[in-house]
Amino acid sequence: MAEIRAEMVANVWKVVVAEGETVSEGDTLVILESMKMEIPVIAEDDGVVQLKVAEGDVVQEGDLIAVIG
Amino acid sequence: MFESVLVANRGEIARRIIRTLNEMGIRSIAVHSEADADLPFVREASESVNIGPANPAHSYLDQAQVLAAARATGAEAIHPGYGFFSENAEFARAVVAAGLTWIGPSPEAIVQMGDKINARNLMEAAGVPVAAGTREPVTTIEEATKAAAKIGYPVMVKTAGGGGGIGMGVAHAEDGLAKAFDQATRAAARFGGTAAILLERYIERARHVEVQILGLNDGRVLALGERDCSVQRRHQKVVEESPSPGITPELRDRMLAAAARAGAAVNYRGAGTVECLVDADAQDFVFLEMNTRLQVEHPVTELVTGVDLVAAQLRIAAGEDVEIDAVPRGHAIEFRVYAEDPKRFLPGPGHITVWVEPSGEGVRVDSGYEAGNTVTPFYDPLMAKLCVYGATRAEAVERARAAVAGFAITGPKHNLPFCAELLDHPEFVSGDYDTGLVSRMRS
Repeated sequence: MAEIRAEMVANVWKVVVAEGETVSEGDTLVILESMKMEIPVIAEDDGVVQLKVAEGDVVQEGDLIAVIG
Repeated sequence: MFESVLVANRGEIARRIIRTLNEMGIRSIAVHSEADADLPFVREASESVNIGPANPAHSYLDQAQVLAAARATGAEAIHPGYGFFSENAEFARAVVAAGLTWIGPSPEAIVQMGDKINARNLMEAAGVPVAAGTREPVTTIEEATKAAAKIGYPVMVKTAGGGGGIGMGVAHAEDGLAKAFDQATRAAARFGGTAAILLERYIERARHVEVQILGLNDGRVLALGERDCSVQRRHQKVVEESPSPGITPELRDRMLAAAARAGAAVNYRGAGTVECLVDADAQDFVFLEMNTRLQVEHPVTELVTGVDLVAAQLRIAAGEDVEIDAVPRGHAIEFRVYAEDPKRFLPGPGHITVWVEPSGEGVRVDSGYEAGNTVTPFYDPLMAKLCVYGATRAEAVERARAAVAGFAITGPKHNLPFCAELLDHPEFVSGDYDTGLVSRMRS
């Protein structure tokens, strides 16, 4: 099980995967936007995604974005 | 001269423009979003107007709000700074239609240079060297593949309407072209530009060198020396210096003459920048694009020429005759202090608890923030520009090391450790570097 957390304050620009989707390590889960830059958030493990954010959400540094189990 | 000028921008550049306005006795009017109410530029302006929420689309990029603020405060002219409305011909026209003066080139010059394909063709016709590339907009991957084969790899793929490195990508062979093309197309759609894509031959060991021009009211276009902007990450500048350590006096003369021709070709008035790529080995150059505004890195030119470029912009926009006899002297370097981590250069906004700027001989800091402010995720990551001047490049580098060490920021992530690392890197110290330097430092 891997917890994927935000590295910075950002806006959730795009959610790329669907809830419950099976992903592989390296897949892009969501794309954050901060300071005019797109920051892809990558799966750190293989497994089924549980999303903790939706498009338009603002995340703080350390906030949980997804759990892969 | 104007009685009052509204500055349609934020952060360090709004503050820098307001400084000159205040020095000239012109009433300075700041506009700001709710997120920026505490920033120094708002306090230092003679007056300020809150124009809306943090999201720039509903504040800094809301034409109606900015024009309403100008009306409410009785502003005579609008200075757009860089970014936001600075290269927006529609807004420039709206400013003029509202009976105000637009501090910048004509909307026609903005349009002609804003489309990179048009600009490239225009420059070629004016006798300015351009790289092999597409003369018509490329809209499909099939067209791109055909064009790239003709130009020869590696090719640079970019949006015709884009700027600031957004959407730019290099394809070294056909299998990398689709990715670069897709990235450029997505960027064009996202940032509201045209869907037109431009392909150009990519120069591997290139320096990015640009020329500051100033178009006067009598039609003359002055070239005020060059800036070397080869220290880049993600195709965006981090450090700029003047003079360029990578060009010979002979090449400099040719570049300055070409830049003046480029400006004359569009009847350019005010401050502008002609960006070029220099092939460091061949000592030759090609036109890249023209920026029809004041540039982020303009202090570098100000330090070596002694010219206040904002004051020159104001005088030209007010219809005054400007006489500038600037012979560049010494050496200047600017470091962009970004709110980003110094290893991967990812954004790191945050609340500033400590902010102590360096000072001393030859040190100039243009900053947008101070202790107690919060760097928010809504705007670009530039917090300050640390500029140093020395009689020689070696002296400037030495002063830069002390200034970087003397700059204390706590709160947001920042790239001062990268600046320190760069100042000890043999390639940078020698001056013999190119646009691949930062990638090599991080590979």
